[in-house]
Amino acid sequence: MDKNVDISLTVNGEKITKRVEARTNLVDFLRYDVGLTGSHVGCEHGVCGACTIRVDGRIVRGCLMAAAQADGADVWTIEGVTETGEIRALQDAFVERNALQCGFCTPGMLLTIAELMERKPDASRDEIREYISGNYCRCTGYQAIVDAVEMTRGTMGRMGASAGKTGASVGRKGASA
Amino acid sequence: MKPAPFGYARAATLDDVFSLLAEHGDDAKIIAGGQSLMATLNMRLSEPEILIDINRIDGLAGIEDTGDTIRIGAMTRHVDVEESHLVATHAPMIAAAMEHIAHPAIRNRGTFGGSIAFADPAAELPACAVALEATMHVAGKGGTRDIAATDFFKGLYETAVGEGEILTAVSVPKIAAGWKSGFMELARRHGDYAIMGLCAHLQFDGAKFGDTRLIFFNAGDRPVSAPQTAALLNGQSWSGELSEKLSASLKEELDPPDDLNADGPMRKHLAGVLVKRTLAPLAGA
Amino acid sequence: MNDIIAKDTGRWILDRPNSYIGRSVPRPNAPRLAEGKGTFVDDIELKRMVHAAFVRSPYAHAQINGIDTTAAKAMPGVVAVVTPQEMAEICTPWVGVLTHLEGLKSAPQYPLPLDAARWQGEAIVAVVANSRAEAEDAAALVEIDWEVLPVVVDAEKALDTDTPVIHESLGDNLAWRRNADFGDVDAAYADADHVIEDTFIFGRHTGVCLETRGLVADYESSEDQLTVWHNNQCPHMIQNILATHFGLEEHRVRVITRDVGGSFGIKVHTFPDEVTAVGLSIMLKRPVKYIADRLESFTSDIHARDHRVKGKIAIKADGTITAFEIDDLTGVGPYSMYPRTSAIEANQVVNMIGGPYLFENYRAEANVVYQNKAMMCQYRAVGHPIKCAVTEGLVDQAARKVGMDPVAFRQKNFHADDSYPKKSAQGMPFENLSHEECMTKMLAAMDYEALKADRAAKRDQGIYRGIGFASFIEVTNPSAMFYGVGGARISAQDGATLRLDAKGNVFVSTGATEQGQGMEAVISQVAATAVGVKPERLKIITGDTEHTPYGGGTWGSRAAGIGGEAVAQAGRQLRIQILAAAAAMLQEDADTLDIREGVVVDDDTGNERIGLDEIGRICYYRPDTLPDGFQAELVATKHYVPRKFPFAFTNGAQASYLEVDTDTGFIKLLNHWCVEDCGTVINPLLVDEQIRGGVVQGLGGALWEECLYDDQGQMLNANMADYLVPMAAELPDIVCGHATSPTSDSDLGAKGAGEAGTCGAPAAVMNALNDALSPFEAKLTGMPFTPKKVLTALGKI
Repeated sequence: MDKNVDISLTVNGEKITKRVEARTNLVDFLRYDVGLTGSHVGCEHGVCGACTIRVDGRIVRGCLMAAAQADGADVWTIEGVTETGEIRALQDAFVERNALQCGFCTPGMLLTIAELMERKPDASRDEIREYISGNYCRCTGYQAIVDAVEMTRGTMGRMGASAGKTGASVGRKGASA
Repeated sequence: MKPAPFGYARAATLDDVFSLLAEHGDDAKIIAGGQSLMATLNMRLSEPEILIDINRIDGLAGIEDTGDTIRIGAMTRHVDVEESHLVATHAPMIAAAMEHIAHPAIRNRGTFGGSIAFADPAAELPACAVALEATMHVAGKGGTRDIAATDFFKGLYETAVGEGEILTAVSVPKIAAGWKSGFMELARRHGDYAIMGLCAHLQFDGAKFGDTRLIFFNAGDRPVSAPQTAALLNGQSWSGELSEKLSASLKEELDPPDDLNADGPMRKHLAGVLVKRTLAPLAGA
Repeated sequence: MNDIIAKDTGRWILDRPNSYIGRSVPRPNAPRLAEGKGTFVDDIELKRMVHAAFVRSPYAHAQINGIDTTAAKAMPGVVAVVTPQEMAEICTPWVGVLTHLEGLKSAPQYPLPLDAARWQGEAIVAVVANSRAEAEDAAALVEIDWEVLPVVVDAEKALDTDTPVIHESLGDNLAWRRNADFGDVDAAYADADHVIEDTFIFGRHTGVCLETRGLVADYESSEDQLTVWHNNQCPHMIQNILATHFGLEEHRVRVITRDVGGSFGIKVHTFPDEVTAVGLSIMLKRPVKYIADRLESFTSDIHARDHRVKGKIAIKADGTITAFEIDDLTGVGPYSMYPRTSAIEANQVVNMIGGPYLFENYRAEANVVYQNKAMMCQYRAVGHPIKCAVTEGLVDQAARKVGMDPVAFRQKNFHADDSYPKKSAQGMPFENLSHEECMTKMLAAMDYEALKADRAAKRDQGIYRGIGFASFIEVTNPSAMFYGVGGARISAQDGATLRLDAKGNVFVSTGATEQGQGMEAVISQVAATAVGVKPERLKIITGDTEHTPYGGGTWGSRAAGIGGEAVAQAGRQLRIQILAAAAAMLQEDADTLDIREGVVVDDDTGNERIGLDEIGRICYYRPDTLPDGFQAELVATKHYVPRKFPFAFTNGAQASYLEVDTDTGFIKLLNHWCVEDCGTVINPLLVDEQIRGGVVQGLGGALWEECLYDDQGQMLNANMADYLVPMAAELPDIVCGHATSPTSDSDLGAKGAGEAGTCGAPAAVMNALNDALSPFEAKLTGMPFTPKKVLTALGKI
């Protein structure tokens, strides 16, 4: 039996035709066959969300879809939505609020949040947390990410409401050279 | 890990599926949303010779009002069930369950029928289907047949779908006047498989319970019904005393398994908690 | 975010005009990562690159009687199948011991084990193929003739006489024992009004970096040159290890570390599969990529914690602490990890019990034992969550015993903020800590009185909420006393080289490395301030043994405090050298000039005299116009290592407010606070996010994370679905605050901040949980606090 499949699809607006092994999943195809390494592989069993990409307008796990199934599909990755400027404000807020540290989860996180902002533009902090609950971030503890979403929507100040909540006045002691 | 090699066939029609199934038999796996299957393949826990992709078959997706029921096509994505007014209006239990099914990216791709046919005893939708006494529509080369949800789940990942057949749709009876649905699950993290969950479908006569169906998930090798306990509710109003009685009865009636998160005794205890917390508000208590 | 700008400190770097120290400057490398344009190791593709996969042991302990690679070698795409013996021919074994951990013993560890597998998941045979998938196809066909051996799983039984010995050559399963005795504990007990004891359990957990371990190794035989792109924390350490064990000269080994997808101490060790992958490149003379998949990560990354600590505290009736005692037992897998060893965590626990409190009598025993589980080693906040939870758990119980508020009890026993410098009961040198100030600030931030009222009101409604506190010390800025004195070739010092280019920009290369914590931002803030340029004029170069000064990389909360100080010193030196050139050009005294925002100015008036771009142009292109005998030097290098103190201890306080569902055993985190003191805060935004991320890793250990094993040494939850890491929906917002006690060991005064969060969070949660359960006489001291444990403690099941 032929274990390879010919596929044609659109990736970030560009037509691509390739012959792939049927077992190749979509995120591996994008990373190794197309060279779009912005989508990351964190678990390969559909749990971590690092490979989140957009297929035909909806986010999916890139590791839980065969490339063969994307024949004819319209696929968008972090590279594509960066290029179009679609999520520029969100990316800027991520940088300003330090909502990313190592950056490995960030592309998947951003695509998830872009969908959240479209589907639930008024999501509360709890609803934001729920929506990103399938995207694992080991670095930030998520709070800065939630803040960045709110900053992007303009529902909080420049640095995020929770960031400023130190409560403790800042002092200095023993500052001798 | 990467999957072992497999072939891939995209079925355009149900007949394609039937002939591919006839040709490959047990060496073939049908891929619907693939949200469980792909992970299994990626871990090499399953090594089929060929995947039969049913995502492009016309007519398998969609939710329609058929009068007494709503018919949910097997390939309807979870997200479309989640956003369906028909489901929200006529099958509120399913509507309540949807947000607990994994996460948005999974719900965008995973399918209603796939979740039913996969028959994971920890999943929400099989239990909903049993609680609502849904009808499963199955098609094969020889034609179609209907299977009652209560007869559909045969064991761990086992269903009444026969060799050469596939699940095409599920008909869910519309909630009738005087009935209420309850759904609750206890998961350690949002979107995880629950330690245990309850689908309750109840008839009320004023403040009193009438017919009641209590179906637990992650409580056995399939959706687990508790008819003896449910019978205790008939003609009763909610009370603390009744709640105690139900909890005690569930400990007798259920025989849940052990796993990493809970053992049988803990699940028996949680069953009583789930019933109390689901039923009390429905009873207006 | 509030900036934390120092004024008139007497420290030149903090008092510089236009200082960037203390500002919440965004990270220069963040936009790239936010666009998915990072270069993680799996993003690297080389010509003729092949892929490695491993056959791993399905058994926790089994003799290897034979290996048949015939079928695997015949598979399509296969380039090589390499056995342990073949790998041992080009790579020498290592032994993970340090001489200052007296008595620590371990067995030689080969990249692939020659005789037996000693944990489930240990790599046994390497397969190289044209793709990872093909390598896995072939790996499935390697046949190993196994003879299953009895296993040692339970650390409690590892030293029993009837327990099998994992390494016969070692004689027993004891890796290391430390006894410590200070003051007179027995006398303190005799004199005490109460002696309280309890046992604390810390589940085994692991780092779960979202980017798994991996490397691309490329050996070029014509030059005998090995280049390794590696997602590790310490390029120079890895360079030394690879050179040593493959018999190469160090200058023939280049280690490059680009973007790293989280490390947290996981990527700082010598992993046998990684060494093997490098060896494969040497054997095959072509590039080899090895990326651990998530499943193999769970059983081959290092694990951490897994301690059982019996603790005792002696107190007087007035609440004065007079003694602590612990008996720590930890199982560390079958070998001591190289080169840091697997004994450090227990050592840290012994060294830091009781840290915030004034007491003189202390006794400890720690036993580090071998077992057939995955190897254990240093992970974020090594030993800290353990010593903190034991200390703070005992302190809470003591406070309850004498009827004192847990805060008042702590405040009574703290080392006073004005009592430093001093030594702890264990002899640890404390330069300047601020327990009192941190607690005071935290109480204000959390409104303790209001919380207590809320807790009481809710309790009346049958809702059980608890408030928990944890004060702590944290060890940062480690000097050579940490590893170097024990013989490990791990650099405690760091170097920085700054170079002015012809356009007035500055290249900064540093031995510290970026793992996502924001080190590049910190380095740029320090360099910009020290030289006197804007941060956008800087190019930061890290993670390349060929292009950075020798340094230790990132571990032990050292990058800012040590790496940053080296940059400060080199920056000042470069400024002096630039001003010498400017003085020569302007015919001025260099002492009257300064550099501000990239322009040489008169120091007293700020009048602009000449731009750095013009200085660069003249020095590089028209040196003929400079005075005779003047040679401009526009590169400066400085190195730094702490010398006054072996470590910079920091401190802080955390609090947790949570609600326990007494029917389900579920715990809902309502709020969390952390006020800590990391000395000079270089970038408050980054420090706060280090704290928050660290707190959440601590919460993971407290509530969710545990590597579960069965009695045959099989890990039961070695996948992302069953090993529960903290996710967004279950976490509270975390309030951060600071006290600021700079170290006098450096001009910058920065201490580390990377581990404070992880250190205190589990203790705070444990104490809040037990506070919530206090009406039930229920108490939990075994982490993680699962619903099952809570229900069991409540007698519900």
